[in-house]
Amino acid sequence: MSNPTLTWNLVKDVHELLAYQFMVNALQAGGIVAVMAGVVGWFVVLRRQSFAAHTTAMMSFPGASGAALAGLPTALGYYLACGVAALAIGRSGGAQRRGRSGTLKGTSESAAVGVVQVAGLALGFLFLSLYKGVLEQLETLLFGTFLGIDSDQVLTLAIVAVLVLVALLAIGRPLLLSSLDPEAARARGLPVGLLDIGFLLLLGLTVAATSQITGALLVFALLVAPPAAAQALTPRPGLSLALSVVFAVLVMWLGLGISYFSIYPLGFFVTSFGFALYVAAKLASGATAALRHSRQAGKPMATLV
Amino acid sequence: MTRSTSAVASAHTPAIALRDARASIGGRTVWSGVDLSVSPGEFVAVLGSNGSGKSTLLKAILGLVATAPGAVSVLGGPAGAANREIGYLPQRHGFDSTLPIRGVDLVGLGLDGARWGVPLPFGRGILDRGGTRARSRARVGEVIELVGASAYAERPLGELSGGEQQRILIAQALVRRPRILMLDEPLDSLDLPNQAAVSALVQRICAAENVAVLLVAHDVNPLLSYLDQVIYLAGGRALQGTVQDVITGSKLSELYGVEIEVLHTRDGRLVVVGQPEAPHVHGHRHDP
Repeated sequence: MSNPTLTWNLVKDVHELLAYQFMVNALQAGGIVAVMAGVVGWFVVLRRQSFAAHTTAMMSFPGASGAALAGLPTALGYYLACGVAALAIGRSGGAQRRGRSGTLKGTSESAAVGVVQVAGLALGFLFLSLYKGVLEQLETLLFGTFLGIDSDQVLTLAIVAVLVLVALLAIGRPLLLSSLDPEAARARGLPVGLLDIGFLLLLGLTVAATSQITGALLVFALLVAPPAAAQALTPRPGLSLALSVVFAVLVMWLGLGISYFSIYPLGFFVTSFGFALYVAAKLASGATAALRHSRQAGKPMATLV
Repeated sequence: MTRSTSAVASAHTPAIALRDARASIGGRTVWSGVDLSVSPGEFVAVLGSNGSGKSTLLKAILGLVATAPGAVSVLGGPAGAANREIGYLPQRHGFDSTLPIRGVDLVGLGLDGARWGVPLPFGRGILDRGGTRARSRARVGEVIELVGASAYAERPLGELSGGEQQRILIAQALVRRPRILMLDEPLDSLDLPNQAAVSALVQRICAAENVAVLLVAHDVNPLLSYLDQVIYLAGGRALQGTVQDVITGSKLSELYGVEIEVLHTRDGRLVVVGQPEAPHVHGHRHDP
């Protein structure tokens, strides 16, 4: 196989991409993970739970390396570690939500979570050293890879994605209400605490799946950047959810496609595209807000329009 | 106050009735020996200083704060059994300015937010039987019209002013045609013209939809010309009656157990002088 080069003939490029099974697997896995991250991330951004998502992602690193050390499948390590992290955050975070007075309490909790994050990273590093793995593995776990995804892995990801999406579909409206207005939701008889924990578990599954492709450190590129961009563009929940999924898939596939032809790693491209999308969406929403403001003030925007 | 008498006469079962009720949170008794009765179509303000248990009263009616069995009766049943008939607006401090949700979406959640199942607007179209979706959309439009929020209901919530957000929230509480409406400090953080406008709006709804309204407030003055009755909480007890009956120097002195003076200003406003702040109140607004 000669070194692949990106040409201006897109059909030929795509054709070349799809010629290898490992690349097809990567595109399938990436697509599945992106759809899941786009939907779950939409709720993460709405509920302002980016920090929880980040923590869960951090814990996937010791989970995966610990599993490798113990001779278990890495995927199992991912799911176990993320599930446990989600439950732990749910326990502390649930209390935090209930106590209304607690900005101070929230701060001390986020400090505690920060310490646990660092400890998790260190532990993961230790597991890898004990495992006597090569440095390449560290890089893969932290920054992701698209090589060596087999079809079994794709199937597992698909099953997890279907589970997560069906569960979200079932609890969607109550989750949305309790995210926006927990007190009112509680008065309506909704189990707000259970919804909180349930969502964190779904988040844990999603992070575990996503970090297998993007690596533990770059989960955010898929989980937060696309939904944040979508929510900056439109206040319509249905539309921004759909946009979020489209953005996530776009970022993922574009990243995969380009990194195939490039010598630079996947994580760099996925993250850069996510970041660029977010910045562009923020600029666009800022511009429309300014435009509307000046229209309300009655000033013509002759220079722009 | 002719409205209150006619409302009482027309409906024999009170919407809300408390008999010798007592509420405690974390071992501390907030109030006890409370007797209250609110009829359908009555507009009642819940007054009292910080920590006197105003929000606790609403939560007791919702069954979220435990009370002795039989002490609290809501629409003829125990507290918490008829919550779907109650529109509740919790105390809040405004929405995050970047919250990417429109007013109509929040009102719509008032209608179906507690329902499990397919949550997405584009999922419902195919399975929609009998025009449920069209009907709920019409109801949302109607209630937004009722609170006068049509002009800005399509804009993101975070961009709205406090008064506009409050109207949207009242619409959300009203959308399922509740028989009881409970609003926790809806006038808080509004400017004076908006306080008056929201008070007038609540009275209009109360009369038009024949709902019993409990409105928690710090200051009775913006509400004076609209109220049927007040419930005054202080010193762990409660007094109910018309403004003229309850907000007097002698009644409040008895309730608080210290000398209280009620001044009437020339423009008809009431000023309560000398009320002690309840204990355990810190800097932030936090009514247990």
